[in-house]
Amino acid sequence: MAEVLVLVEHDNGVVKKVTGELLTAARALGEPSAVVLGAAGSAATASARLAEFGAEKIYAGESADIDGYVVAPKAEVLARLVRDLAPAAVLVAATSEGKEVAGRLAVKTESGLLTDVTSIDADGTAGQTIFAGGMLVKSRVRTGTPIYAVRPNAITAVPATGAASRQDIEVSVSDSARAATVTERVVEARGSRPELAEASIVVSGGRGVGSADNFKIIESLADSLGAAVGASRAATDSGFYPHQFQVGQTGKTVSPQLYVACGISGAIQHRAGMQTSKTIVAVNKDPEAPIFELADFGIVGDLFAVVPQATDEINRRKA
Amino acid sequence: MNIVVLVKQVPDSSSERTLHESDKTVDRDSASLVINEMDEYAIEEALKVKEAHGGEVTVLTMGPDKATESIRKALSMGPDKAVHVNDPALHGSCALVTSKVLAKALSTLEWDLVIAGAESTDGQVSALPAMLAERLGVAQLTGARKLTVEGSALTVERQTDDGYQVVQAATPAIVSVWDTINEPRYPSFKGIMQAKSKPVTTLTLADLGISPDEAGLGAATSEVVEAAPRPPKQAGVKIPDEGDGGVKLAEFLAAGKFV
Repeated sequence: MAEVLVLVEHDNGVVKKVTGELLTAARALGEPSAVVLGAAGSAATASARLAEFGAEKIYAGESADIDGYVVAPKAEVLARLVRDLAPAAVLVAATSEGKEVAGRLAVKTESGLLTDVTSIDADGTAGQTIFAGGMLVKSRVRTGTPIYAVRPNAITAVPATGAASRQDIEVSVSDSARAATVTERVVEARGSRPELAEASIVVSGGRGVGSADNFKIIESLADSLGAAVGASRAATDSGFYPHQFQVGQTGKTVSPQLYVACGISGAIQHRAGMQTSKTIVAVNKDPEAPIFELADFGIVGDLFAVVPQATDEINRRKA
Repeated sequence: MNIVVLVKQVPDSSSERTLHESDKTVDRDSASLVINEMDEYAIEEALKVKEAHGGEVTVLTMGPDKATESIRKALSMGPDKAVHVNDPALHGSCALVTSKVLAKALSTLEWDLVIAGAESTDGQVSALPAMLAERLGVAQLTGARKLTVEGSALTVERQTDDGYQVVQAATPAIVSVWDTINEPRYPSFKGIMQAKSKPVTTLTLADLGISPDEAGLGAATSEVVEAAPRPPKQAGVKIPDEGDGGVKLAEFLAAGKFV
């Protein structure tokens, strides 16, 4: 059976949820092999999780160079694997960095690249949503080894047993791949909440929240649901909430099971980032707000009354 | 410091956008066309670097005749000149081919820094700056929310999913920027008048030594085989808050097993 390479998204070996989704998608095309690139020890940490989602092989490329330079080392190692193994396809996560790895790999291997993929069929055809989720297309790669950047949360991860047999690979990085040095990594706190792109529930606040301080009521509702917190561009531009939590055309695209929009009118800028959510709930005092066109359930009312009441009721039900 | 800014003309993301029925490329005829939003931040950043360190700012655009409007608009913000890669054979080019053409065009220009938007609102492949860094063998400083220039030393804060990285490199380099990096200026009346007479050089594929067979829809490395508008969403329930809106919301969530 054809081998399919999956670039593992992980944090020092702690495997991110999207990796299970990538391995699941890869199984439609052949036998998935996980590629773990990172600091020493990453592959050993990741191994058990990768086996649970059907990884037959694990290619471990461990070197400080991987995280020491921007993107290029990962693309070099992957390109060498593609040349040596001639896989049926390569899958990466459609994160900002994943798309850049895919782009460099496409140039190196002269291969076609599909980004923001939401499904992959056995014949290699991929589903994509384009124009802010307004159109659904089916696409395919015509040249080289197909490279798919798969959007987190679009495919349901299904467990399958894999041998996860480890093979160490050499990481030798060229001088040009060392041109941009990462000198510092800064994590800006999101507390214990799930990561926005991977969360199954997202609670977002918009202009209507009114201030940074008021975002506490959005956070309380999110915490009652075990959700990530998001914000509209109006809210991040006004400084109510940090920019990295922005959901929308110029921010993150999310596709959770449940999206709760509080004080968000639903301009196309915002809809672009959330309209593929499975269930959408909106709270807004303007009955004409376009967000209600998308909402499965909407409350027309003051979010400062509705949201805390909902939080209390949820916490009461959980108790 | 000589800077090239990449500017793309795209269908306005706040208007209705679609694909051509026939070849499933982005429909640029029926849409209102604008400068890709993120590129305005790239232009602003280039002008700020020029103001601090001197040099020239050149706009580089690949696109059809109509893209001239966006080039003039970009020039009205302050860049010195523009290069317009325009050839009918480019219609339908994929990101990979586009990166090849832009890399060739960049190799005909003198620059220390290329600045681009981190993504376009039409194709949204978001990989072009990385592809260019790969093709040109220069440093990739992408996803910047802050750029500092000291001589030939560049430092950016690169946005990540959970914060940022500090990344350093020397020129030549490709920088891509997010909208967190600055606040683009509005063109002044003087700027608009001056833009009309700023030099715009047109380059064809022949000028770049690229065969028409290597570009356009025929050479695209991927293709759209089917396209349809997203099915309209079923109208949901919308109720006014009568004092118990929060409880009703919690009940809806509990019914959906979210609680």
